[in-house]
Amino acid sequence: MIVANRKPFEEIIAMLKPYSKILLLGCNECVTVCATGGSKEVAVLASEVRLYRQKESKPVEIKEVTLERNCDPEYLESLKPFIHDYEVVMSMACGCGIQFVGEHYRDRLVLPAINTTFEGVTEEHGVWAERCQGCGNCVLDRTLGICPVTRCAKSIFNGPCGGSQGGKCEVDKDLPCAWQLIVDRHKEMNMMDKYLEIQPMKDWSTSRDGGPRKRVREDLKI
Amino acid sequence: MRLSYPTNVKIIKVPCTGRVDIILILKAFENGADGACLVGCLEGDCHYLVGNMRARKRVEYLKHILDECGIGGERVAMYNLSSAEGQHFAEVAREMTDKIRNLGPSPAKQTAVRKI
Amino acid sequence: MSTQSNLERVLKSGAFAVTSECGPPRGADPEVVKKKGGYLNGYADCINVTDNQTSVVRMSSFSACLVLKGMGLDPVMQMVCRDRNRIAIQSDILGAAALGINNLLCLSGDHQKFGDHPMAKNVFDIDSIQLIQTVKQMRDDGKFISGEEVKGKPNIFIGCAENPFADPFEIRALRLAKKAAAGAQFVQTQCVFNVEKFEKWMEMVRDLGVHEKIYILAGITPMKSIGMARYMKNSVPGMDVPEEQIERLKGVPKEKVAEEGIKIAVETIERVKAIKGVAGVHIMAIEWEDRVPEIVKAAGLYPRP
Repeated sequence: MIVANRKPFEEIIAMLKPYSKILLLGCNECVTVCATGGSKEVAVLASEVRLYRQKESKPVEIKEVTLERNCDPEYLESLKPFIHDYEVVMSMACGCGIQFVGEHYRDRLVLPAINTTFEGVTEEHGVWAERCQGCGNCVLDRTLGICPVTRCAKSIFNGPCGGSQGGKCEVDKDLPCAWQLIVDRHKEMNMMDKYLEIQPMKDWSTSRDGGPRKRVREDLKI
Repeated sequence: MRLSYPTNVKIIKVPCTGRVDIILILKAFENGADGACLVGCLEGDCHYLVGNMRARKRVEYLKHILDECGIGGERVAMYNLSSAEGQHFAEVAREMTDKIRNLGPSPAKQTAVRKI
Repeated sequence: MSTQSNLERVLKSGAFAVTSECGPPRGADPEVVKKKGGYLNGYADCINVTDNQTSVVRMSSFSACLVLKGMGLDPVMQMVCRDRNRIAIQSDILGAAALGINNLLCLSGDHQKFGDHPMAKNVFDIDSIQLIQTVKQMRDDGKFISGEEVKGKPNIFIGCAENPFADPFEIRALRLAKKAAAGAQFVQTQCVFNVEKFEKWMEMVRDLGVHEKIYILAGITPMKSIGMARYMKNSVPGMDVPEEQIERLKGVPKEKVAEEGIKIAVETIERVKAIKGVAGVHIMAIEWEDRVPEIVKAAGLYPRP
């Protein structure tokens, strides 16, 4: 899922300063799973903002709405009846959702309450970690299921580098060295001869480096 | 036991402190509460095994949230007692009341007298 | 086919090679480079110039190499993959060759987190092994990465680094084999303090026959102080400093610590020289370049061929 973190409270409060009628949006998908922008987190942030603004004697009205998804136009339709009753929209959805609402309601400013960070998995309850950077050219078959682009801090394809120590990355001693994991996998599967193959250079044109991407299925277009 | 404790303490019973979601306490502050405390079973004695441990973690998180929005994390606390400790409960109630009284009314109360 | 590299000449002659290194300044003053070059002149077959080492901004390796070249020295340009994409890399390779730089050391590069600009975007378009392949392809096949023709091939002696003390230990010799297969002609290792472990690594290297495919230079760093030894042991990734060496430094009076550090370095040189497959040493006397001459002399490696 897409994982995100809520922005620091000071940033949120600064963005909301000029407004007294706010629509706070959440999303029932990724940001709910990583406990950043689901209905619970929307309720907590709304409460915090109300308490703060009560303290500042500048009360605020906040409507809390959590959509099923913010990235499909059908769900955004449900905002139509009331979105214009609010001066501004603040969204706890991911960067995609934040932008999409703004695209559909062009006269509403949509502010981000969260920092969208990465595509990841739930390693354990309450811990989410990055796994994929959407490079557009998956090499997981070559590295036995461990992504060198995402999990290696230097995106090395013929690793490990000289900074790998005790199975940890030089960047963070809590981060496993991706190439240690890849080498271990090669050993487990008895494929060490494959390790000697020199992996070719990556074609980055399919990733963000090539420009914003799009996928089209003509047969699905109405 | 017919012990007395301050009348400003409003008791809300829950089957386990683990049931308490932080939004409930935030709503209490929005509705004019000056402080909140969770009183749960002694650690290791939770009827639901770890409900009170979860509650403690949530209270820690809630303190951080209350600090963030300027209400003050000191206004919330968690205590662990057994249901047989009537005397202790009364002490906790008094201690909490004194603490909150010293802190003054919640900054979110518009009609509050700020200076003490 | 040979290059104009002095290091290549020495290694091919079978003599025990000595290379050294100088770190460029955090400013635009070339005199700093000239001074360091002056200390090393005549005591090393080639002099490396680091490339924004530990991600700290310094005068570029390319330019500092030119300063050394102007003094009649043979520099080794270091190139990391952290800061440049393949376009800039190939461009700099052409430029270096055009200006008479004969040696290139191909490295991954320390992560920018360690340096003074941790907010920078990193590049890592290609990795160090792919960089080795790139130089080889441009030099031997006259082709860019894209496959198009290089009009005027860069004649460069290709080097790489390897760390015998990093993990996973079992594949460190395999990784060197990969680099040799990619086209690396000489390797400078991370500084050796734990000679036993280095000997084990060399054994694995010899078992793979790699010592016959690539010239191996053991890294040597003299320790200036107990503080430096501790720092290297605890804070530098991929360093293995045995406790007994720190004890040796502690065992002498304060004014004698530096001397002892130099002594240990000379002993290490003598020990690695005796290991089969070691073709030379790479002396990294960080901010202590003026002591390299006495180390080279004490190890019996002066004058240079």
